[in-house]
Amino acid sequence: MCLAIPAKVTALEENDMAVVALEGVKKRISVALLDEVAVGDYVLVHVGYALHLVSPEEAARTLALMAEAGILKEELDEIAGSEA
Amino acid sequence: MNMVEKDISLRTGNVDMTHGGGGRAMAELIRDLFHRHLGNPVLDQGNDAALIDVPQGRLVMSTDGHVISPLFFPGGDIGSLSVHGTLNDVAMAGAKPLYLTAGFILEEGFPLADLERIVISMAHAAREAGVPVVTGDTKVVEKGKGDGVFITTTGLGVVPDGVRVSADRARPGQAILLSGPIGDHGVAILSKRENLEFETEILSDSAAVHGLVAQMIETVPDIAVLRDPTRGGLAATLNEIARSAKVGMMLDEAAIPLRPDVAAACELLGLDPLYVANEGKLICLCEAADAERLIEVMRAHPLGRDTARIGTVTEDDANLIQMKTGFGGTRVVDWLAGEQLPRIC
Amino acid sequence: MKYVDEFRDGELAGTLATKIRSEALPDRTYHLMEFCGGHTHAIFRYGVQDLMPDNVKFVHGPGCPVCVLPVRRLDDAVELAERHGVILCSYGDMMRVPGTKQRSLIRAKADGADIRMVYSTIDALKIARDNADRQVVFFAIGFETTTPPSAVAIRQAKAEGLTNFSVFCNHVLTPSAIGHILESPEVRELGTVKIDGFLGPSHVSSVIGSEPYEFFAEEFAKPVVIAGFEPLDVMQSALMLIRQINEGRAEVENEYTRVVTREGNLKAQKLVSEVFELRQSFEWRGLGEVPYSALRIRDAYADFDAEKRFDISEKQSREVKSCECPAILRGVKKPTDCKLFGTVCTPDNPMGSCMVSSEGACAAYWTYGRFREPRKTAREKAGKEVAA
Repeated sequence: MCLAIPAKVTALEENDMAVVALEGVKKRISVALLDEVAVGDYVLVHVGYALHLVSPEEAARTLALMAEAGILKEELDEIAGSEA
Repeated sequence: MNMVEKDISLRTGNVDMTHGGGGRAMAELIRDLFHRHLGNPVLDQGNDAALIDVPQGRLVMSTDGHVISPLFFPGGDIGSLSVHGTLNDVAMAGAKPLYLTAGFILEEGFPLADLERIVISMAHAAREAGVPVVTGDTKVVEKGKGDGVFITTTGLGVVPDGVRVSADRARPGQAILLSGPIGDHGVAILSKRENLEFETEILSDSAAVHGLVAQMIETVPDIAVLRDPTRGGLAATLNEIARSAKVGMMLDEAAIPLRPDVAAACELLGLDPLYVANEGKLICLCEAADAERLIEVMRAHPLGRDTARIGTVTEDDANLIQMKTGFGGTRVVDWLAGEQLPRIC
Repeated sequence: MKYVDEFRDGELAGTLATKIRSEALPDRTYHLMEFCGGHTHAIFRYGVQDLMPDNVKFVHGPGCPVCVLPVRRLDDAVELAERHGVILCSYGDMMRVPGTKQRSLIRAKADGADIRMVYSTIDALKIARDNADRQVVFFAIGFETTTPPSAVAIRQAKAEGLTNFSVFCNHVLTPSAIGHILESPEVRELGTVKIDGFLGPSHVSSVIGSEPYEFFAEEFAKPVVIAGFEPLDVMQSALMLIRQINEGRAEVENEYTRVVTREGNLKAQKLVSEVFELRQSFEWRGLGEVPYSALRIRDAYADFDAEKRFDISEKQSREVKSCECPAILRGVKKPTDCKLFGTVCTPDNPMGSCMVSSEGACAAYWTYGRFREPRKTAREKAGKEVAA
């Protein structure tokens, strides 16, 4: 599968090209595969092309889901113990 | 600065076969270009062989061929690199470098202006390091048989009494120290290579570390191993040491210094920074008890500001370099067969 | 790096590990196939397996386009460079793959063929412009992630009239491969390969969307979770699969919502279908002939099809006899089950595709995972002694 990395669009150029930056490293890529893109957007970059916009809201939501306090094993054991 | 009457051909001319022919053209090239910039009392004797004073003690010699492409890169060029590289090899034996030699193989058609740039850069590096280039050689090959210029440098140094730095002295329990962030040189080179084209401020870390080594040896004369992680990066160097001494290593990924922009460039290209070349860094293996003192001394030196302890030598029949990842799991840092290539998947 | 570092956070990893441990039922094993080589790589590179309970196992799938490219096609690429004297542009991944008689692109280059490694089709187009008197062929490989860039390049070449540019197309399709695995007797009837659920590919899905996987979930009653590329994504997706399995559900869920939607990138899909069409059948290394699993260039763009422009000789694929790649690619065997693994077949001297690509199951196992099992057994033994 495919290495792709999110990078921030810093400039739009003609002929469906754009400049993206990742920690100060800039690369010229193609945005021919995107319908709309604006400076400041984050895009997924693969082999020199932007494949998709990165959604900041969904990224935040996913992280929140991961950080959700799950049921800890001790609590589970407690519950199991009390039911015995 | 004095205005010196320069041979016009130096500015606009190219290397041609007469420059290697042993005749007047070659003598002029040597005088106007090499001696002019590299000049020192020994070189200025003007003989084929350099007459030098050899100090008492154990001597160290090292030689390196430099074939890098591109010749000029952010933070250096083949000239400065050839000086730094050999000085570092000598230093990795715990030795104080004393003399350098430089052999040039020039390709017919190579611009003399570029050659002068390279030689000036070498001279600057040698002067900064306080180590003279005492003898050299020039040959010219036909167009198509070289890559512009190849440089071979040899260094001679002396090892202080009581110092024995060698890969086979690695022992379980020793601390593994790294003098600064990895990957800068390799990324700087790649940014200039064709078909990768990215813009970055990253400069090669090419530097002579013998001054840093001298201070380290003074503090802890019993340092076991010193190595500079050049081609193949940190991973190759640690694997070499492990194989040589028949030990293993356990590294801590979170402790390995890495600049965010270098990390980003590696991500973009699909490279692992552990395998990317460095030219101004060193790895040191020492007794755990000496680590703290050594780190303090290293951090006080301009070339060791970001020194970190990155791991510990272990007992391991398989001689594996393992690493606790920042994520919490463990991985093996393998020894690659060849150069790491960028990947897409 | 934004949207990257957060998803590699060690603390969150601990939280997820605890959650997974508490929800994975102790009386069963979960076999989760990660289809994509990229996931295999992430699992090994970050040591994700160490954070999972022992009864949750990753089964490595065939999602490595380098691994599944038949030797014949690689030989064709070498021939284009050697016999036809073209400038062959290739992604880095393919450079060291050995073809017949161990001839790789890098060997051919050493022997004088003009083979150039590129990062993007954009670079290949530039080479074509800069070398108008030479033929330039782009060696196109990859799944649906990499196909849209090839489509854009071909259209660009046509628009510019770059008549010296052509593409050697080896693009393959993910859903066909998944279906083929699930259809295989070992999975469907014999039950020798247990696959309880799939971690779906990250970036293929950003292009094709999550919708194409709904068929598998229904037809084969296996849950699919589209998993992001980072190690936290892999763990969260494993958790979602475990939940589905526990609850007896077989649905398509999307963990990688920050770049994957149900319909995917419609513009990219449209461009691809404009330039490419399905091949009736295509040979996959290790899987044999798989129907409707690969793409070729449409007649409208025939001028840019290297297979039409150049007369490439017919070749026979020959695999090394004891190589277990076919079984390993389908998850039927593990690298350590192969006689050649670690003896004759190493990354230095790869016998089959699984060892060549850094994402192939064998290469990943060799680089990151070898010696894991013996060590684990020692630990297990220690654990048993303490408990006894």
